[in-house]
Amino acid sequence: MNLSRREFTKIGCKIIIGATAGAAIVEPFIINTVAAENSPVQGGYNWEEHFWGYVVDTRKCIGCGRCANACKLENKVPFDEEVYRTWIERYRVKKTSLETREEEVVIDSPDGGIEGFEDDIPAEEIKKAFFVPKICNHCDNPPCVQVCPVGATYTTKDGVVLVDYEYCIGCRYCIQGCPYGARYFNTEKGTADKCTWCYHRITKGLLPACVQACPTGARKFGDMKDKNSEVNKIIDEERINLLKPDLGTKPKVFYIGLDREVR
Amino acid sequence: MLDNLIWGYVYPNESEIQWSILIVLYPYITGLVAGAFIASSLYHVFGKKEIKPVARFALLTALSFLLVAMMPLLVHLGRPERGIEIMFTPHLTSAMSGFGYIFSFYLIIVVLEIWLSFREDIVKKALSSHGWKELLYSSLALFSFDISEETLHNDEKFARKLAIIGIPSAAFLHGYVGFIFGGIKANPWWSTPLMPIIFLMSAIVSGIALLILLYIAAMKIRKHAIDHKCLQSLAHYLWIFLILDVTLELLEIISMKYASREDIDIINRLLSDKIGFTFWGIQLTLGIFIPFILLLLVSLIKKRDTLKLIMISVSCIFVVIGVFAMRWNVVIGGQEISKSLVGTLTYVPEFFSQEGVLPAIIIFMLPFIILRVVTAILPPWKDMEEETQEHN
Repeated sequence: MNLSRREFTKIGCKIIIGATAGAAIVEPFIINTVAAENSPVQGGYNWEEHFWGYVVDTRKCIGCGRCANACKLENKVPFDEEVYRTWIERYRVKKTSLETREEEVVIDSPDGGIEGFEDDIPAEEIKKAFFVPKICNHCDNPPCVQVCPVGATYTTKDGVVLVDYEYCIGCRYCIQGCPYGARYFNTEKGTADKCTWCYHRITKGLLPACVQACPTGARKFGDMKDKNSEVNKIIDEERINLLKPDLGTKPKVFYIGLDREVR
Repeated sequence: MLDNLIWGYVYPNESEIQWSILIVLYPYITGLVAGAFIASSLYHVFGKKEIKPVARFALLTALSFLLVAMMPLLVHLGRPERGIEIMFTPHLTSAMSGFGYIFSFYLIIVVLEIWLSFREDIVKKALSSHGWKELLYSSLALFSFDISEETLHNDEKFARKLAIIGIPSAAFLHGYVGFIFGGIKANPWWSTPLMPIIFLMSAIVSGIALLILLYIAAMKIRKHAIDHKCLQSLAHYLWIFLILDVTLELLEIISMKYASREDIDIINRLLSDKIGFTFWGIQLTLGIFIPFILLLLVSLIKKRDTLKLIMISVSCIFVVIGVFAMRWNVVIGGQEISKSLVGTLTYVPEFFSQEGVLPAIIIFMLPFIILRVVTAILPPWKDMEEETQEHN
């Protein structure tokens, strides 16, 4: 084959340009693959050995708000915005007149319950009252993960639903998709945000901040892969319920003493 | 101030409405695209000759709105610069992830369809003009200047095939937008399998109405007689699709009320209080009922073309307003009820912010500007005006 110098140079240039462009295109994919194949063990924590669960004993909650406060401090959730990773709801069922039989339920959660609650209804008018702490349910069948158009929110091997803040495009479809109102928009990052069960703590063997702060033991956290964990014992022995079980989200926050009024 | 906007109990994270007026605009614009395209298909696919004068104009209208369709979404994103990831790493379980592909596929079809229907004109212009115009039209013709009878015939055959693919894709493009809402089980006002088909029907309705208005406006601006046969035929199709649309919309409400599930109290409150006026007043009465009567009269009255022209114009204006109200009632209405099902909140649109009314107005004006430019490059008037002269 006879090639003039000119043609040889031309072909050579094409090969070089092509290879450079090709490498530039392929590179990000290779990097991604490598990152995805990271070992499950990071800093001594193996996410294949755990599967986290959460129990709320509504009979024990006194509505002090220390959990919600601790959460905002621990996770730098802005105090001056109406956004919460966990909050406490108060339900007060008023006494009904026997004639009308109409039941009135007053539900509130002023500032997520961080500052506690005020008695603005006289005690004699109330039939039944209780507090219900709320938190992301880290569903086994999470609608927020299902609807994320880019896969920026995902479930970890140990059962925690997290948001990749470096990848989220901020479309807020997940906020619409969550039936529990557990997600919010982080205006600073321009992304969705939510409870992580303090993933940075639990992977170091610590409890989530809200569980740690609870003075009455109304919030419990544990490993469902550990037969002897408190969470497993409660699930095995107590009568427990879930929030909105009919939606098929399969929550991993289990409630003891959940009243029919709870939303 | 916030307390006045909230009734009952809403989850603390719900105090802000997440999807604003821009997200109302997005299904509205996409709907106009799908509707205008389907109107053009009445001629291209179903061979309805009376629609011919507006068939090519309808395609240009569809293109102008399509080019703007994703802008409200992009402006709304918290991280617009990452928006393109939806194309590179789509998460396929998400109803939203197909958006980029469906949008692109449809854009290709519309562009090809336009190219084929205008190819003869483009080639003629390229051959008869000089300088930069020659270059523009030659490149638009892709430097292929063969306009023999045979090739034109082939073009037409291919265009027809494309339009046949185009109808399901237009239907899919918009039905899919409906599914973005219909697939959200967390929200009782959105979660219905009827959502895609309701969106599609209202899209067709709004698209035909817009096309009629643009046609009348174009003819008035160009001081040319209106082809009343074409106009009344379009009005007739508008009337048929209005019936389908209202049937589905009412069916949804009736079955919700009849089944009376746990969410019925909050749905009733939404319909009587929050969106009472925009739903019963604007969406149904102004947007459907009045146009329905007017268009019925149009088909009953004989002769009196000017009166019919006025009645059709009024109907179309009401229809495009009504469909906008429908999008509003879905997008905003759905967010005005709390997922706690025992509370409501109120959306107060801002004017100047990134998600405000001003950017929405600007975005909505763009398609009209684009249409003006596109019709200058590819004038569809020949069809629209020749036909009229034949009739006269």
